[in-house]
Amino acid sequence: MTADWSVRGITRAMLPVLLVMTMVEVGSGLVLGGFEAQLYQYPTLLVLVPVTIGTAGNLGSILASRLSTAFHLGTFAFEPTDETLAGNAVATVALAVTLFPVVGAGAWLLRLLLGGVQLTVGTVVWISLLSGVVLAVLAVVLTILATYGAYRFGLDPDDVVIPVVTNTCDVLGVVVLFAVVQVTL
Amino acid sequence: MSVIGVAREAYEAALPALSASLVGGLIAGVVLGGMEAELRAVPGLLVAVPALLATRGNVYGSLGARLSTGLHQGLIEPYVDAGDPRLRGAAAAALVNGLLACAVAAVAVFLILTALGDTVAPLSTLVAISLLSGLLSGIALTAVVVVVVFTGYRRGHDPDSLVGPVVTTTGDVFGVAFLLLSVRLVLAAGGGG
Repeated sequence: MTADWSVRGITRAMLPVLLVMTMVEVGSGLVLGGFEAQLYQYPTLLVLVPVTIGTAGNLGSILASRLSTAFHLGTFAFEPTDETLAGNAVATVALAVTLFPVVGAGAWLLRLLLGGVQLTVGTVVWISLLSGVVLAVLAVVLTILATYGAYRFGLDPDDVVIPVVTNTCDVLGVVVLFAVVQVTL
Repeated sequence: MSVIGVAREAYEAALPALSASLVGGLIAGVVLGGMEAELRAVPGLLVAVPALLATRGNVYGSLGARLSTGLHQGLIEPYVDAGDPRLRGAAAAALVNGLLACAVAAVAVFLILTALGDTVAPLSTLVAISLLSGLLSGIALTAVVVVVVFTGYRRGHDPDSLVGPVVTTTGDVFGVAFLLLSVRLVLAAGGGG
């Protein structure tokens, strides 16, 4: 982090990456716009959108920051048998399996309280769980690739991996949710 | 440590923060789910939603990280002093960059949807909504980030571990709530397509 705290200095450090990430998010919005009709038909799916993309991005950013720290501490090697790598990958998938059914049930219950459910609770929980597990696996693969890329190019993973992983997981969140809805409904 | 040991430790460390942001995400989702009429009234707004929400996390998460680093380095004091040039610089930079990103997102959505031949609200409507919601949620998030980081630091917590969950949770809720308010205000002011 730079010691320059002027608006100009901070902007110079932040704006280029911010604008690239904004365009990536617009890409995610275009996917969302592609299933607008279904989202309006089943507003429960619209409830799932922020929480699905948020949780996917959070899973990716937590894994990324843990791998970055292990990398800086030198307790981490890029091998499938590495305990840090395998343990964190397992934890990411386990977190998805725990949290996404709660996300689905919560979204369904909140829509029920507001008086407008068309989908059964089983369908919403299934859509949420399947999306979550697929996203967790993708987040693991993406984070490992991005951390490895940063390592190979001599970049600090803290600067590169977290923004890349968080924003890519946002896009993947919408894409995976869309794909799961197409398969399920 | 064994794989299972690492996995258990990582799982337990992440669960509380993820659960908190899950609650925030669900509240944001309920507001978004109830915004169908506004989303239909402003074609293209739904496409801008991920970019507008992500900007909150990207910009104000970065503000929080900068303030944490500044506290650790002794560059700023953990008390709100509107006259502190570093605090003012960091807050103003977050707001300026957040607004720029919102405007760019609105323009990009308008241009792409126009090029694709889709129905899209007038450029001025999209830009007005995204700037207004960016400004309102930016002010609210700056206040939240500054208070949480400073209070946490004074009470002996590491602000770095507070910023992420707080920004993702409040960012989603404020982001969607102020988006709804902004759409209503802009439509009421006659900016409807």
